[in-house]
Amino acid sequence: MTTRIVELRRGVLKKNDLLAAELRQRFQQAGLLVVNLVSSPGTGKTAFLQKTLRELLARGRKVAALVGDLETENDARRLAESGAPVRQINTHGICHLEAEMVAKHLEQWNLDDFEFLFIENVGNLVCPSSYDLGEDLRAALLSVTEGEDKPLKYPTMFNSADVAVITKMDIAVACEFDREMARRHLGEIRPEIRIFESSAKTGLGLEEWLDYLVSERAARRGVSAIPDLLSK
Amino acid sequence: MHELSIVYSIITSATEAAEREKATLVKVVTLRLGALAGVVEDSLQFCFEAATKDTMLEGSTLVVHRLPVIIHCATCKKDHEIQGIQSYRCPVCDAPSFDLRQGRELEIESLEIEVGDDNPDR
Repeated sequence: MTTRIVELRRGVLKKNDLLAAELRQRFQQAGLLVVNLVSSPGTGKTAFLQKTLRELLARGRKVAALVGDLETENDARRLAESGAPVRQINTHGICHLEAEMVAKHLEQWNLDDFEFLFIENVGNLVCPSSYDLGEDLRAALLSVTEGEDKPLKYPTMFNSADVAVITKMDIAVACEFDREMARRHLGEIRPEIRIFESSAKTGLGLEEWLDYLVSERAARRGVSAIPDLLSK
Repeated sequence: MHELSIVYSIITSATEAAEREKATLVKVVTLRLGALAGVVEDSLQFCFEAATKDTMLEGSTLVVHRLPVIIHCATCKKDHEIQGIQSYRCPVCDAPSFDLRQGRELEIESLEIEVGDDNPDR
């Protein structure tokens, strides 16, 4: 009997990472910009995404969305009101989305038909941080009702985000929300994070967010930033 | 989070590697775990003991090397280890940095295996 050391240097969570890498390649080949939206439950992901889909469609963009929840098709129904194709992922107890679930729910779509794919994750600021879905951008949302120190409480998630969206700005005054403090905390946990302040209700911040998405797609996919079709 | 599914993944990878090396059993699994990996070591140890029963890893030890966050400071042009995960500023010049060089790792560094002599007449 001999004892030996075997060097491995092999990442764990391998299966998800491999699937996510495959998805990433497929998304790139299809010219798709993919955004993974994460937040606590109740932050307003669905309302914000519904507005995003509606406005991008109004600009003549081709968009689709996947939404994850433990149960119900409610969010898919709400998002579909925008006019975009939407599919619901029911995890039946799993607290985050994984690459395999995303791949499975994309099966019936031709990715070349779309320019933007939004994935609304399960409301949870802990578990989704570990699961790559093949996205280009991870957008972490936090609302004015949640406290300015939210990023400090969930550093792993906010540190993994590319973009932060502050939601429900229409009630910021009522909540005595300190936007400078929130922005400072976001910058501490994730230096140089791009921050958008928004209200799905009033439309505040939507134009800026859409312009950002369009320019990100142009930069990452090497497509020209054709002037958007603006409709009234 | 999800330490149990992480442990299953460890068992699968370790078993594959051990079988490739014609091992009879695995004695030690050494893991590199970054401070930003989102994994709780205590939960990992608990799940490891439970899930390795009736596998090649039964009775083995899980050694966890915790890795701190290391950022690269563009101002100092050097890598620096930082304390904790709440602040990403250079400890020397205080400039913020998102250039992470270490901290998100979750990987099996190595295995200590026992290789049996299964052909004593060789």
